[in-house]
Amino acid sequence: MLRLIKDTLISQVVTLWKVFLHAFDKTDTVEYPDVKPQMFSRWRGRIILSRDPDGEERCVACNLCAVACPVDCIALQKAEDEEGRWYPEFFRINFSRCIMCGFCEEACPTHAIQLTPDFEMAEYVRQDMVWEKEDLLISGTGKYHDYNFYRIAGKKIGGKDKGEARNEAVPVNVRSLLP
Amino acid sequence: MKFEVGSALSIAAILFTVIVVAAMLIWVERRLLGLWQERLGPNRVGPFGLLQVVADMIKIFTKEDWVPPFADRFSFLLAPPIIMVVILLSFSVIPFAPGVGVIDSDIGVLFVLAMASLGAYSVMLGGLSSNNKYALLGSLRAAAQMVSYEVFMGISLLGVVALAGTFNLREIVLSQADGWYILPQCVGFLIFVIAGVAESHRLPFDIPEAEQEIVAGYHTEYSGMKFGMFFVGEYLGVVLVSSLIVVLFFGGWLGPAFLPPIVWFVLKASVFVAFFVLLRAAIPRPRYDQLMNYGWLFLLPLSLLNLLLTGAFVLWQEGM
Repeated sequence: MLRLIKDTLISQVVTLWKVFLHAFDKTDTVEYPDVKPQMFSRWRGRIILSRDPDGEERCVACNLCAVACPVDCIALQKAEDEEGRWYPEFFRINFSRCIMCGFCEEACPTHAIQLTPDFEMAEYVRQDMVWEKEDLLISGTGKYHDYNFYRIAGKKIGGKDKGEARNEAVPVNVRSLLP
Repeated sequence: MKFEVGSALSIAAILFTVIVVAAMLIWVERRLLGLWQERLGPNRVGPFGLLQVVADMIKIFTKEDWVPPFADRFSFLLAPPIIMVVILLSFSVIPFAPGVGVIDSDIGVLFVLAMASLGAYSVMLGGLSSNNKYALLGSLRAAAQMVSYEVFMGISLLGVVALAGTFNLREIVLSQADGWYILPQCVGFLIFVIAGVAESHRLPFDIPEAEQEIVAGYHTEYSGMKFGMFFVGEYLGVVLVSSLIVVLFFGGWLGPAFLPPIVWFVLKASVFVAFFVLLRAAIPRPRYDQLMNYGWLFLLPLSLLNLLLTGAFVLWQEGM
């Protein structure tokens, strides 16, 4: 009998009291359009293409992002300029398919493609969800300020020969006997 | 025109106030639930979201008034007004304050119980005429629940009636001048609150309309204003049960003289309306068989015991 009263009455009263005490707690709601939430810098939101410190496009059109993308929302075409630099002729992201997984950012060897904390990407027209290269490119360097792929990699381009990259030794001439 | 029991002014004022209050409860409930769940609730339409009710009403009135082609049209249309009408009729015997009321009936308590029983027809007809299996299940549950809980709802009130010696709600209030019945009748009060929640099928006893199991129960097929009548009828039921609790156990309009009687009544009733919302916020829904077992095996013997002891006490007091 006591057990029954404890189960049916006392525990219910305790429940009611504890829920009532929530009236004095702070509400968790963020009133979104009025109050913008504080986003974290590593938030995976809108995708951008960054530039290197010299202001050139970082993307070398290697297609690794397009391969890594699980929903196949990235499309690009490689082109090469007269200096030997590779760049994308077009670079297209269909944000109506993108799931913001960040695999493209992880796959990118040149830190070109990066995800940003911006999440307000709603559009009225479906076609507006497809972003071209000029929409994606930003003028800054994104998360990695000093990184410049062509200054570090051994690839030869116009104005930079083999052995002239940062931390790169001059190539050894294996046919020469001179020290 | 004088403001007295049964005058046209009094009737109009009560009808208007009760319906407006029941509609406003939609907003009150959502705000209170938000408060207790650490949310905000509706706060965008008008100051504090007060105009949310108006927005809801505009939406509900302009919605397509649709009757499913497979439903039984006559009883489908008949069901929603029944619950509104019987609950509004129950308000006619409630004594709100001296001089404020519709009828001063000598069988007030019985009248309220009779109207509560008629309310079962609304949910039964609504569920049956919808010709939908979820609606039918909901109305079966509703009918069983309302019929069972009416039994001890009535018996729990008999303690108060025995102490007051009258079925007249106004005289029951007056007889509490030197002590509210909540003290001698605390068991009856608990049973009445539980039965009242079950009668108005509010959470945690909203088994007839349990969303997780049977869509929306007996009003699955209803939309527009016909659904609105069920909805407002539910809130009218909440106001009615709160008013009855105040009248029967908490001395009605009686209170210290620095506030007018009607204010005391409204204050006390609002406490119980808030309590109903708190019940919804805190307590999960029992299983259907648990509800029935709880009613017949625990509440019924308890209410009979309460009546027996109260009757013995009254007889002993008269013999002194």
